[in-house]
Amino acid sequence: MALKAKDINVETRWQDLTEGLQIFEPGTSKDFNTGDWRTQTPVLDTEKCTQCLRCVPYCPDSSIPVVDGKRADFDLDHCKGCGICVAACPFDAITMKEGK
Amino acid sequence: MAIKERMSGNEAIAYAMKQINPDVMPAFPITPSTELPQMVSNYIANGQMDTEFIPVESEHSAMSAAIGASSAGARTMTATSSAGLAFMWEVLYVAASNRLPIAMALVNRALSGPININCEHSDSMGARDSGWLQIYAENNQEAYDNFVQAYRIAEHADVKLPIMICQDGFIISHGVQNIELLEDDKVKAFVGEYNPEHFLLNEKEVCSVGPYAITNYGMEAKKAQAHAMDNAKQVILDVAAEYEKISGRKYGLYEGYRLEDADYVIVAIGSVCGTIKDTIDELRDNGVKAGLMKVRVFRPFPGEEFAKALKNAKSVAIMDRAESYSSQGGPLGSELMAAMYRAKTKAETVNIVYGLCGRDVSVNDIKNVYTQLEDVAAKGAAGREYQYLGLRD
Amino acid sequence: MSSLTEIRWHGRGGQGAKTAALLLADVAFSTGKHVQGFPEYGPERMGAPITAYDRISDKEIRVHSNIYEPDYVVVVDETLLTSVDVTNGLKEEGAILINTAKSKDEIIPLLRGYKGKVFTIDAKDVCMKTLGKYFPNTPMLAAIVKVSGVLDTDTFLKGMEESLQHKFAKKPEVLEGNMKALKLAIEEVR
Repeated sequence: MALKAKDINVETRWQDLTEGLQIFEPGTSKDFNTGDWRTQTPVLDTEKCTQCLRCVPYCPDSSIPVVDGKRADFDLDHCKGCGICVAACPFDAITMKEGK
Repeated sequence: MAIKERMSGNEAIAYAMKQINPDVMPAFPITPSTELPQMVSNYIANGQMDTEFIPVESEHSAMSAAIGASSAGARTMTATSSAGLAFMWEVLYVAASNRLPIAMALVNRALSGPININCEHSDSMGARDSGWLQIYAENNQEAYDNFVQAYRIAEHADVKLPIMICQDGFIISHGVQNIELLEDDKVKAFVGEYNPEHFLLNEKEVCSVGPYAITNYGMEAKKAQAHAMDNAKQVILDVAAEYEKISGRKYGLYEGYRLEDADYVIVAIGSVCGTIKDTIDELRDNGVKAGLMKVRVFRPFPGEEFAKALKNAKSVAIMDRAESYSSQGGPLGSELMAAMYRAKTKAETVNIVYGLCGRDVSVNDIKNVYTQLEDVAAKGAAGREYQYLGLRD
Repeated sequence: MSSLTEIRWHGRGGQGAKTAALLLADVAFSTGKHVQGFPEYGPERMGAPITAYDRISDKEIRVHSNIYEPDYVVVVDETLLTSVDVTNGLKEEGAILINTAKSKDEIIPLLRGYKGKVFTIDAKDVCMKTLGKYFPNTPMLAAIVKVSGVLDTDTFLKGMEESLQHKFAKKPEVLEGNMKALKLAIEEVR
């Protein structure tokens, strides 16, 4: 039985890898916490946010979840802190703070 | 009862393709393998095959389409020669690293330049590090037999690697000779249905093929691929043993001809081996203990087995139908000498480059090689590291 | 006669020398022989001199070289005599067969001192009388069978009839003309 993607890591021996590194499950990038790479973190000012949702499609890591037609807070497990959402927001509702 | 026929090497391979009837064949024509897609297309047009033939715009596309088809779960084949194989280069590696058991009928032809359409092994030898299995034929019979065995080796659970079935361009591909064919039902039963464990068109399982591997994973992936190549040696022998039961013809990693007690041994690949066998019989009648080790399997390279087969020889000539431009000799020479060194084989060894651009090799040429081997053994010194056979100088 | 017979064909691209060589291998195969028929590819152009070979034997044929010391040579185009050394290596106990309307006395001086037997046939004449078109390979094939004795002529004709019947199932007139050409060639070669 092939290992699940979440169980494959830099400790995995060559004998345990799948043939040709094939992956047999969808959405495995969820298991990879790119949020660890972040040095700056976006902060949402809910007063200024008009829920225009412009920031959502700009986020390269799909880290702005939308629930019932409204954006929720950032998914910090995957947000790399690139700051594109800051530039995309027409209402200056997002700012970056130093650190995680 | 075997079917006695006379066929060219290309006709024989096309006949095996018809009997196996794989799912998909993307191919682009190139001399001297053009007849293969042509004959398969005829079989399809006549309703004798239902393979999906994909006419592509180049060999790079042919191999890319083969990779797509094989990933999707189709039993896939293609055919090419020379520059066609060179044009597939990049994607050959992808087929192998994605562990796709594609079968290729390769009709060996010189790579340019000088531009030339005749036999040479420079095309397949150039692709020797691409991760494909390589099996070579002496004649049309072996080309047919090897192709019938191809999928059983390539698709084996311990292997799952693409396979090249090689035959000498024109000499075999266009030469008509007697051949014994197996009945369709025997071939179909031997080859069996292809039921891959994982494939892209499987609606019950999500599957990604060919993902990017960062440094932390690439080396392990390559080791796993190399291990599959190691496994292939035993699988090739097992499949050959099973094939012998239905065909009566015996195959191994190499064929020894009057090799057991031979003092002077030639190691060679392909059609020249028939000429060497006739020469050996003549020399043996005159008391010269000549022998042949014919290489059938070049990838994986059975170095230990080869070196062991040569352990009693006094002198050995390794014949290469390809120039490596390494200034050390041809590819077979380099690899076999390394294996002989590790096995501490005591024979004096010469590496002979021959038959480039289709240069004919006669019984007399081979006699000269054996004369040289007698001389080398008597002197206990091989002399020049490598040399050309029949060169004007 | 030794068990192996080697025949070398000289022709020009487009004249069917390669086809004739393969046909001879075909017919010999059908009589139970081991055969090898193969062309030597040069420039592959219409009119270029080409060579094709046959080996016919009672034993398995393993050698894969060209033929350097043939038992028989067939010259499909007499204009080759001045440009190609057609008798090179030809065994003196063998023979050469040439397609020509000329007499042997006119031809022999062109054979570079060859001392073996010389046969000629006017393939054009045979073709015109039987086929109405010039396909030299058909009469040359029949003539070399007669000259070499590699197959019994009756066996050869029967084999050819079967093979042509199959090939020209929808054109019986082609079969008839070809069979006439083969038979006339066997009579006319001298």
